[in-house]
Amino acid sequence: MRVAVLLKAVPDLVEELVLDEESGSLQYDEMSYVPSEWDDQALEEALILKEESGAQVTAIAVSTGDVDTMLFTALAKGADHVVKITGDFDASMSNWQQARVLSDYVREQDFDMVLSGVQAIDDVDGQIPGLVAGFLNWPHASVVTEVRMGGDSKVLLRQEYSGGLVAEIEVESPVVIGVQAARKPPRYASVAKVRQVAKSVAIEEVSAGAPAGPAFADIQFVRPVAAGRAEMIEGDVDAVADRIVQILADHNLLRRA
Amino acid sequence: MQKAKAIELEIAVVDGVELNGTWNRMFEPRVISEYDLSVLEEITNIPGAESLGYCYQCGKCTAVCPVDSVGDYSPRKIFRRTQLGISLLDSPDLWLCTTCRNCLRVCPKEVNMIDIMPAVREQAVLEGKAPAELLTAFENTARYGNPIGESARKRADWTKTAGVPVPVMSQKKAPVDVLWFVECYPAYHPRGKEASAALARIFAALGVDFGILGTEEKCAGDSQRMAGERGLFEMLAEHNIKMLSKYRFNEIVVTDPHAYNAFLHEYPKLGGEWPVRHYTQFLAEKLAGVNFVKGIKKRITFHDPCYLGRHNGEYEAPRSLLRALPDVELVEMGHCKQTSYCCGGGGGGMWLDGFTRDYASERLSERRVKEAVEYGAEILAVSCPYEVPRFEDAVKSTGHDGQIQVMDIAELMAYCMGLNEGLAIS
Ligand code: SF4
Ligand code: SF4
Repeated sequence: MRVAVLLKAVPDLVEELVLDEESGSLQYDEMSYVPSEWDDQALEEALILKEESGAQVTAIAVSTGDVDTMLFTALAKGADHVVKITGDFDASMSNWQQARVLSDYVREQDFDMVLSGVQAIDDVDGQIPGLVAGFLNWPHASVVTEVRMGGDSKVLLRQEYSGGLVAEIEVESPVVIGVQAARKPPRYASVAKVRQVAKSVAIEEVSAGAPAGPAFADIQFVRPVAAGRAEMIEGDVDAVADRIVQILADHNLLRRA
Repeated sequence: MQKAKAIELEIAVVDGVELNGTWNRMFEPRVISEYDLSVLEEITNIPGAESLGYCYQCGKCTAVCPVDSVGDYSPRKIFRRTQLGISLLDSPDLWLCTTCRNCLRVCPKEVNMIDIMPAVREQAVLEGKAPAELLTAFENTARYGNPIGESARKRADWTKTAGVPVPVMSQKKAPVDVLWFVECYPAYHPRGKEASAALARIFAALGVDFGILGTEEKCAGDSQRMAGERGLFEMLAEHNIKMLSKYRFNEIVVTDPHAYNAFLHEYPKLGGEWPVRHYTQFLAEKLAGVNFVKGIKKRITFHDPCYLGRHNGEYEAPRSLLRALPDVELVEMGHCKQTSYCCGGGGGGMWLDGFTRDYASERLSERRVKEAVEYGAEILAVSCPYEVPRFEDAVKSTGHDGQIQVMDIAELMAYCMGLNEGLAIS
């Protein structure tokens, strides 16, 4: 069983997004990037699968910036192999383009399963796994919280539904899975181990051309406009209580006896 | 159990004195009980953790370990549990030691928790056995250069509130006398920033020629080292040494005793050797030139930070600053100087409050605040950036709000120099 895990770097929201208000464009070069947290979950689930059933785990990232540390960390955590897809790419690369490049690589390889974060902060509608499945013409399951091996190339999945419902699904591999959460919190790779891996193991680099296909004609980024602000209620307990009663009354939320 | 076998010689000559019969009776050594020592050996085989095996169970450490006073803990107990087959690697015991160094002060066998803890913890981190909240602090430090997870780009933002220019070395482009290594909590924590602003104003008033690294500075990393992330510590140290090496200065002054410890003992091993002083030491020497314009009519007590006091032997400098403040009455708590209690923040404790809660009847900081109140202190003065937030929380949680205030010595000193009008001493 060979498992591919798709990783990507996303803008770090601890640092501020750098927006050029006039042109409505993000200044990608001036922002810092972190591994997408859902991809971390996907990697963890793949590593659990490896421990359970000896799957071979390959972590793959498109070189939209510095992705080396992310890949070395994946190795330090237990991935067997890491691949960086290089080309004329940068951080402004769209999810559609990344999915295209990733699926072109996956198609050439002999993977049984592709895991990726169900979403990312720059992709809240789950684009990457869905698009990759579409390009590969493989089945796709989303919002998955557990992946297990069944018999005869079958894969067993748990999927979350609203209202606390959980579905158990059996699919035939190959399959693309959008992971919501791994069964355990992502493991920690110590800095010493990551550094040692970076010195002793090489990242496989595969070059790819620019993905052909539709691109956005124009995207405008604007800062959200605050509609109204929260009111901080000050004063002693009685004053605060009076004010709360007043607000509830103003909104017709008080039932009087 | 095997019976003791007596050995008696007819005549034995000891130092020229003849002893016969029962007078020279001795017993052959016998095995009292047999333990399977494989678990203990697994621990003492870890480089750095050898001395755990020296323990002969005298119990001196139990009497002084701050963690034992709120729980069931001490090097003696750790040894005994390990001897009985409970691996320290899997035990919560591994994460409770604050590396306060009080046990080492009294241990006749030099069982050294300051070496044992980081060594065994490092192994546990590798085996994926460290508490999640600690790992979050490690990840934050690796990513942002501070354990709190604050923006690395905003590390120097506090300077805007200082009210005096705080030169950043990369912009100053000239040598300085003092390179001030600010550290994380003084750069990001709201109360830490207030103390930093106060210290900046003191420096300015005293005409100190100083500069900071600003966003080029990262956490000194000493507590992460003690908590078991040596690799992270080395990465941070290499970074800081590289940045410091770009500039010319005569000495480093640190806000944080943990950074002081790192610069004194650990950075030189990695090629970063500079004269370093804690800010209280630096200011104590300048006291003669300080112009105090106001007094504080309060009873003040001082909490010795473990890494300034017990670890590095400085007890006097902070006290000389407090004694110099007009109108102040300095009182000592029972646990002071060498026997000082611990705030609970050292050795990674700062990031383990959630974890320790299950193994302690109260926080060490709460114990300490109660002691300060017992001695009638109205202000608990501190000189380690971990302590203001820890003790302020403890003042509230022990119900002493309004009775005692927690302040950094820099804040108090700036106040008496007329440089800290905002400080509300109630
Ligand atoms: S003081 Fe030292 S020898 Fe005595 S019980 Fe404690 S660790 Fe063991
Ligand atoms: S270093 Fe301090 S906390 Fe740790 S075992 Fe010794 S006395 Fe207890």
